[in-house]
Amino acid sequence: MKYFPLLWSGLWCKRTRTLLTLASIVVAFLLFGLLQGVNAAFSHGVEESRLNRLYVQSRVSFTESLPLAQLSQIESVAGVEQVAYAHWFGGYYQDPKNFVFSYPVDADRFFSVYPEIELPPDQLKALINTRTGAVVGADLARTYGWKIGDHVPLKSQIWTHPGGNSDWEFDIVGIFEEPVDRSQEQSFYFNFKYFDEARAFGKGGVGWYVVQLRDADQGPGIAAAIDARFANSPDETKTQNEKEFTQSFLRQFGDINFLVNAIIGAVFFALLFLTGNTMMQSIRERIPDFAILKTLGFSDDAVLTLVLGEALLLCVTASLFGLAAATVTFPVMKSVVGVARLPPQVFLEGLSVAALLALVTGLPPALKVRRLAIIDSLSGR
Amino acid sequence: MEAVSLQKVVKSYRRGKETVEVLSGLDLEVAEGEFLAIMGPSGSGKTTALNLIGGLDHPDGGSVTVCGERIDQLSNAALARWRARHIGFVFQFYNLMPELSAERNIELPLLLTGLDRAERRRHVAVALQLVGLSDRGRHRPNELSGGQQQRVAIARALVADPSLLVCDEPTGDLDRHTADEILGLLQSLNRQQGKTVIMVTHDQKAANFASRQVHVDKGMLIEAAAAA
Repeated sequence: MKYFPLLWSGLWCKRTRTLLTLASIVVAFLLFGLLQGVNAAFSHGVEESRLNRLYVQSRVSFTESLPLAQLSQIESVAGVEQVAYAHWFGGYYQDPKNFVFSYPVDADRFFSVYPEIELPPDQLKALINTRTGAVVGADLARTYGWKIGDHVPLKSQIWTHPGGNSDWEFDIVGIFEEPVDRSQEQSFYFNFKYFDEARAFGKGGVGWYVVQLRDADQGPGIAAAIDARFANSPDETKTQNEKEFTQSFLRQFGDINFLVNAIIGAVFFALLFLTGNTMMQSIRERIPDFAILKTLGFSDDAVLTLVLGEALLLCVTASLFGLAAATVTFPVMKSVVGVARLPPQVFLEGLSVAALLALVTGLPPALKVRRLAIIDSLSGR
Repeated sequence: MEAVSLQKVVKSYRRGKETVEVLSGLDLEVAEGEFLAIMGPSGSGKTTALNLIGGLDHPDGGSVTVCGERIDQLSNAALARWRARHIGFVFQFYNLMPELSAERNIELPLLLTGLDRAERRRHVAVALQLVGLSDRGRHRPNELSGGQQQRVAIARALVADPSLLVCDEPTGDLDRHTADEILGLLQSLNRQQGKTVIMVTHDQKAANFASRQVHVDKGMLIEAAAAA
């Protein structure tokens, strides 16, 4: 701490240049925070995947339906505990930008294979007994102010009624929580039977089956057995574990991890030169100051540490502002990632990146200062 | 006892392809508590000798013993520690750090000691008082006159209580009146605090403040004269 005034004063010897550099780093870390936040939120869903669940979808495409008749055949595969099914509804509330992750499900089976979804038994019963019933995640309910007993209309981007109308009516009968993965609290589940009877086309088809296994270790063998059962049929299947399924689902939006890393990589590559140049310029201008410090008894290693400390102070201070700004603005990403809070690990990752940036940009000038000869520097040679 | 002893010191520098011998077997003894003025024309080697005494450079040959230690045999790191303990430097152009206040500039040598913040502040206050700038501690160098800046530099040189003050043309950038004040300050530090002072100057009036004067030319001591 006793060196802090020395570091701080060094940083501000050219006020405008430092402010502009700080601003660049702040913006870079704001971008880092937001993009990594999105990445982390998606990855969290993948990490929380369970290996004791398999997903069976059409081999052709995720958007291709499978016949409900396959249900009993999947159930009969050895090692299968139970099977649920669901479909993609593609719903939105009032305005297409108010996208709702909505799924018709066989409620009894579905909530049995997802024990992590906390839905009170009486509300599950109400869902089963109410044709137009729906249960919503607590977060989604908060977003639109929905409560039990509310009548909620959704429009579907895919499914219409026989008359071509895409308006679907629902009655909220339950609100669930999912403490393990709060992003799932953006989901909206309703009765498959109502959906299947009321849709204009595709009757008897499901989007995917969810297979709960007796033993997770047997997953690969059971997946192969399911796919083999439907091989060479009109409805060939592709069976994956939950992690693979989630990853392939997310790939519909593009390879998020690659995109995020590419953008962040480009930003930090440019930032490396900017900050590196600032540090080099700043240190070059203050060579006599460092020569004086050496004259007073600061060792070569001490001045090297001071320059690195200055780079660290610049990068970490700016990154803190950038990451704080990302934390404040992250809730606007909620409609994309389903969570409103910047994952804490993004903050830690950001600080690590800032430290690395400081090391890379601070080391060349620090080594230059370490090597400088006092006599030459004082005489301006 | 000798504070400084230079024996047959040789030092050369390379200027382009040419090697220039600046000191050619210089012998010099400085007693503890002495105020010595080293005089000589430009390029005579007086600043080089001072740099060697201050441990800022290594000789090519001969021995340099200062404060009882053969500093020509010390490594760079050991020399840095030794300078912090034993030497106070005063330069012609003050060499203060422009972004730091007078207090912070004076505090710099104390950062290398184990003193806590309160003790460092107390030492800085004493040093400021000694150079007559108690009311200027919060000012930055650009808010001070040349004479005041040199006083701050002297306070910085003194604050860690070194046994030897090494001054390179300390009044070269000051008017006569201010120069006399600074020289008077150095003289009183020598006489009242017992500090050994070695000053390089080409100003005879400045040299008159010293207790002894020596002349260097072409890298050799050519003459010695005791002041009144």
